[in-house]
Amino acid sequence: MATTERRTDIGPPHYDKFLHPIIKENYGKWKYHDTLRAGVLVHVGETGSIYTVRAASPRLISTNFIRLMTGLATKYSDGYLRFTSRNNVEFLLGNKDNIDPLIKELSDNGVPVGGLNNSISNVVHTQGWVHCHSAATDASGLVKVVMDELYEYFVEMKLPHKLRLAVACCLNMCGAVHASDIAILGLHRTPPRIDHSTLPNLCEIPTTVASCPNNAIRPTSIEGKTTVKVDEDKCMYCGNCFTVCPAMPMADPLNDGVSIWVGGKISNARTEPMFTKLAIPFLPNNPPRWPEVTEAVKNIVEVYAKNAKPYERVGEWINRIGWPKFFDLTGIEFTKYHLDDFRYAGTTYRRSMHNRY
Amino acid sequence: MSDELKTPLLDELEKGPWPSFIKDLKSMADRPMVKDLLGQLEKSYRDKRGYWKHGGLVGIMGYGGGVIGRYSAIPEDFPGVSHFHTVRVNQPSGWFYTSEALNEIMDIWDEHGSGLTNMHGSTGDMVLLGTTTQELEPIFRELTAKDWDLGGSGSDLRTPSCCIGPARCQNACYDTLALTYNITHKYQDELHRPMFNYKYKIKMSGCPNDCTAAMARSDMAIIGIWKDDIQIDQSAIAEYVDSGFNIQEYVIEKCPTKCITLEGKELKIDNSDCLKCVHCINVLPKALSPGKERGAAIALGGKAPIVEGALFATLIVPFIEIDEENGFEEVHDLLERIWEFWDEHGMNRERIGEFIERVTLKTFLEGIGVEPMPQQITQPRDNPYIFYEEYYEEETE
Repeated sequence: MATTERRTDIGPPHYDKFLHPIIKENYGKWKYHDTLRAGVLVHVGETGSIYTVRAASPRLISTNFIRLMTGLATKYSDGYLRFTSRNNVEFLLGNKDNIDPLIKELSDNGVPVGGLNNSISNVVHTQGWVHCHSAATDASGLVKVVMDELYEYFVEMKLPHKLRLAVACCLNMCGAVHASDIAILGLHRTPPRIDHSTLPNLCEIPTTVASCPNNAIRPTSIEGKTTVKVDEDKCMYCGNCFTVCPAMPMADPLNDGVSIWVGGKISNARTEPMFTKLAIPFLPNNPPRWPEVTEAVKNIVEVYAKNAKPYERVGEWINRIGWPKFFDLTGIEFTKYHLDDFRYAGTTYRRSMHNRY
Repeated sequence: MSDELKTPLLDELEKGPWPSFIKDLKSMADRPMVKDLLGQLEKSYRDKRGYWKHGGLVGIMGYGGGVIGRYSAIPEDFPGVSHFHTVRVNQPSGWFYTSEALNEIMDIWDEHGSGLTNMHGSTGDMVLLGTTTQELEPIFRELTAKDWDLGGSGSDLRTPSCCIGPARCQNACYDTLALTYNITHKYQDELHRPMFNYKYKIKMSGCPNDCTAAMARSDMAIIGIWKDDIQIDQSAIAEYVDSGFNIQEYVIEKCPTKCITLEGKELKIDNSDCLKCVHCINVLPKALSPGKERGAAIALGGKAPIVEGALFATLIVPFIEIDEENGFEEVHDLLERIWEFWDEHGMNRERIGEFIERVTLKTFLEGIGVEPMPQQITQPRDNPYIFYEEYYEEETE
C-alpha cells in the first residue's frame, strides 16, 4: 500500500533497530570470541554472550528461501539475523539451547552450517548467465558444482587455514576474485564481433576507442558511416569495449570458458595482501556440472591441505615452496600463458639465482 | 512460453549436498518471470552463452542510480523476462536485519517483482533481481514508505558498506557501522545522482583483517588501526600455555617482525616493531586485543582489472581519528578534497586508482593536500629521474 507522499534521499534505516538486545548492550564492549564447533561462535561481552550460527546460502535466493530464514530466526534467534560479507546467513542467538534445534532444522531444509576459521566459507560470486550480458560462463552453477565437491571443507574445519573461493564470470570481476585463495574466472578468447550496421547508432566512437587498454580500437569508415575497427593482434578479450558499446559482443560459445587463479589474500595477517596468480589458463565451459573445473579446484585444495603448514594461506604456502614446486605438486602444466605480458610484466620476471632445484 | 517447463540440464544442479539455487528457483516456477528465467537459463546451459542484452536506461524519477536495466535478448521465446531489471536497495550497516523488516521487503518484492534476490550484491546492496519498468515507481514508493531507499549504480558514490565492527567484534578499532551510516546519509545526492568520472566505492573494515575486502575492491578503504601497545591479558596467555597451545610455533614464529617473545607464561611484545598485521590477535583472541589509541588508516584506489589492471589500494593517510563526537568531520573533509581533485583532473571512466597511477602519487598528494610520508610507499624511488622543482639561480648566494 503506497503512501501519497513521495519520499526521496532518505538513505537506509538506522542499523540500531536491527540489533539484538544483547548486541546493543555489549556494542563495542566485546571481550573475546570462541569457536564452539564448526559454524558456531560465541562472543562474550561485558553483560552477556551472543551465539552465532553461520549457514550457507547460494546468494541467488528467492523470497521463499529468505522467508525460511526469517521464520527460523523468529523461532530460534528472537527474530535477529544478518548476512556476512561473503553472503553467509548468520543467526544471532541469545539462548544457546536453541543452537542444536536451529542447526537441525537448517539441516532438514538442506542448509549446511559451517564456513568458519579453517574452512571454506561461502563463495563470493557474480551473476553469470542468470542475469548478465557480458558473462563468459555461469556463476551460480559453478559455485554449486564446486561446493558439492568441497562440501566437507565447509562443514568441517580441517584445512591448514581459511580458504576463500570466488567466482567471476568475466574480467569485470564483480565478485572481486583477484584477491582470493582460489578464483574461478570466466573469460573470452576471441575479439569482439563488430556489428557495423548498429554500431554508428548505438555507440559513441571516442568512448569506444578510449575503452581499449591496448589501443587496439581505431575509428574507421564503412560505407560512409563512422564505425570502429579492432586490431585483433592487440586484443586480449577484456570486453571493456563491449561494456561501453553494445555493438561489440564478446560471447563465443566455442571459445568462452574458465581460468583458475590461486594465492590471493585480503587480510594483512602475517603477510601483505596478495593478488591471485594464474594456475590454469583455460578450461572449457562444460555445463551443467563443469567436471574439468571441479576436478581442478579440488586438486588444488587437496594438495594445499596436504602440504601447507598451519596458518598458511594458499599464497603463503606457495611463496614458501616456490612456484616450480607448486606446479610439480599439483601436476598443473606450466605454459607460455603463465608469463605476464601486460603493464607490469617485468616485475614478475626472475632476476636472481634464487631457485629451488 | 506457455508449454511445460523442461530443464534437463539445470535439473542436474538439484543433485549434491550444497544448497541448490535451481531447487529454490523452481519452488517459484509458477510465476511467469521465474519460469522464463529458468527456460532462458536452460537454453544458456545448452548453447553455452548468455542471452541478456546490454542494460538500458531505466530508473526512478529524480534518481540516476539504483536501478539497472536488463532485457532478454530473445523476448519472443521468453516474454516473462523481456524486462528483468535490478533494483538495488541500500542495506543497513553490517547487514543486520530483523525477520519482520526482511519479511516486509519480501512482501513488496513478491507483489511487484520476480521474488528473486541476491543477498547481497558485491558492493553491499540488497539486490532485487527482475522486475518491469512500470513496477519501479510502485516498488520505490512502498520501500520508502517502510524507510528503505535505493543504493548507488553507475558513475556515482556506490553504496558504502562495512564489516560487523563493534556490533560483534572485539577487534573493531572504530565504529564502522556508525561511519557507514553517516557517510551514506551525508552524501545522498552523490549516491543517487551519478556525476562522477566513474564509480566511487567506500568500504569500512574495523581492523587489518579487512573483512569487507576494502583494499581490493573499494576506491576508498577505511581500515581500523591502533597506534599504541597491543593489550595483553597475561592470565589468559597462561591458560593458552597450560592448555598446550603451541604459542612458539603458531604465534611467535609467524610474527612478521619477530617482535614477540614468551618468557615462562608471560608474553612480551616489542610494539615499536609491530606491523599491526593482527595475526597474534587472531590466534589468541582471549588474551590479545588492539591497543587503546584507535582510529583508521585510509587507502585509495583498490579495483579489479578493468581497465588498466587490478590494483590494491594505496595507503594515503596512515592514521586518522574517527571522531564520532565531531560528526566525522575529518573524514568528510578528506573525502571532499579527493572528489574535488579527481573531478577536476580525472578522465571519463577513470577510477581513482588509475587516476593516481596516471598523475603519480606525488601530484595526487599535492592535489588533495596530504603530506608525503614514508608510510605511503614500500621504498623510495630507485631511479634518478627526479623532476626538481627547486634549484639555485646564478645570483642566489
